[in-house]
Amino acid sequence: MKILVDKDKCTGHARCNAVAPDLYELDDNGYCSLTELQVPVGSESDAQAGADECPEGAITITS
Amino acid sequence: MSYDGPATSPIADDDSLYGPVSNWESDFDHADPQYNPNTWQIWSDLREGCPVAHSDRYGGVWLPVTHADVQRIAHDTETFSNRGPLVMRGIDGQDPVEIGDSLNLTPLTSDPPNHREAKAPMLPYFSPKRVAAMEDEIREACITLLDEIGTTTAFDAAERYAQHIPTIVTCKLLGFPIEDAEQLRQWTKAGFENINEPPEQRMARMMEEFGYLAARVADHRANPQDDLTTFLINCEYRGEPFSDERILHNMALLMVAGIDTTWSSIGSSLWHLGNHPEHLARLVAEPELWPNAIEEFLRLYAPVTMARKVETDTELHGCPVKANDWMLLPFPAANVDPTVWDRPEEFLFDRPKNPHFAFGLGVHRCLGSNLARLEMRVALSEFVKRFPTFVTDETQPMEWSVGQIRGPKVVHLRILEAAAPAA
Repeated sequence: MKILVDKDKCTGHARCNAVAPDLYELDDNGYCSLTELQVPVGSESDAQAGADECPEGAITITS
Repeated sequence: MSYDGPATSPIADDDSLYGPVSNWESDFDHADPQYNPNTWQIWSDLREGCPVAHSDRYGGVWLPVTHADVQRIAHDTETFSNRGPLVMRGIDGQDPVEIGDSLNLTPLTSDPPNHREAKAPMLPYFSPKRVAAMEDEIREACITLLDEIGTTTAFDAAERYAQHIPTIVTCKLLGFPIEDAEQLRQWTKAGFENINEPPEQRMARMMEEFGYLAARVADHRANPQDDLTTFLINCEYRGEPFSDERILHNMALLMVAGIDTTWSSIGSSLWHLGNHPEHLARLVAEPELWPNAIEEFLRLYAPVTMARKVETDTELHGCPVKANDWMLLPFPAANVDPTVWDRPEEFLFDRPKNPHFAFGLGVHRCLGSNLARLEMRVALSEFVKRFPTFVTDETQPMEWSVGQIRGPKVVHLRILEAAAPAA
């Protein structure tokens, strides 16, 4: 499972980091600093929760 | 949202365009005092008929109410410009954006491509990590306010609590004397309570505020501090230090965007808890539910409706939208659209996901969203810790603000149980 973040869509709501801080790190401006991340085993539901909270729909989870 | 108090009348005006609304589909007015208390019903009626309302008021203004329309318009910054974020009466019938620099609230009023570099300097100052450093002083301010309420058992929590929190936080953030928080509260309250005030009066107040801000910038130039005012003085735009004008516009934005919005959210949340003892009891018993509760308060009572100016002729649901029309963007309406949300008008602790639009969408996402969430969490959880049981005081009238910032003007509560203040 992978997290893909569309940086053009991220506008810094920081919700991904609020619900899953171990997966979604933020840069100094408070924007998601990921573009792609292999989800560690056991963190699948956190990855999905981060994607679900994004108001911009910037995060995709692939299987 | 129900309305159970007497309506206040808009200020009489010779121009009949400012009369009461007879039809919310073809003649709505967001500044009619009946609008904010009845938004859920009005939006719901519109969604069942024509999902975009129009009015000839203000030179032509549109109100889309679906999640999809709000999303599309917020993301289309080419067709819809941010040069007109507030729809209100201009002096001598002018559009407010044509009044001049007084409404330049950079970066709120900036559009791409300049917007990014206008907003960028302040972003790090409002990141989650940076605002978290303010938690202790916000908590201390809340506890002081609660101590001042003391053993009073019936009071207006807007006047005694909610309105003070963002004004104190703004003073701390910008390094203003803390005793000036009351002046900031009075200025903001005057603007918040009635968008229909005569434009000349509004302009005079804004000039007074700008004078105050200019004096604080001068203080800080002479005596730099570790605060946002000094930070702005040291910021650069295109290789040049920020001009005084740019500093003032940034500061004015913080005044307009950060104060009554936050106090509305705190006030609405307390009002909700006063009306829903079952939700209050669960938060007392299970404080780990606060993060979910904050998101539900934000979704249901989102205070901010923004507006855009239409740049080029376009269409919305087959309606011809003309350049220079106003387009209201009711983020709170998107948050209760039943095509997106299950049981949209209910407060649910266990909502499976909550990507609401309370802080707007796209490049203009609220700069202070992380600070606002922190203020809400600290203010509400401290209030409930001190007063674990309270109800809204139904013997007192309820009144809602008038205009694009939706919130309760008063939150009359009766305290049924108080905890002793911490030693």
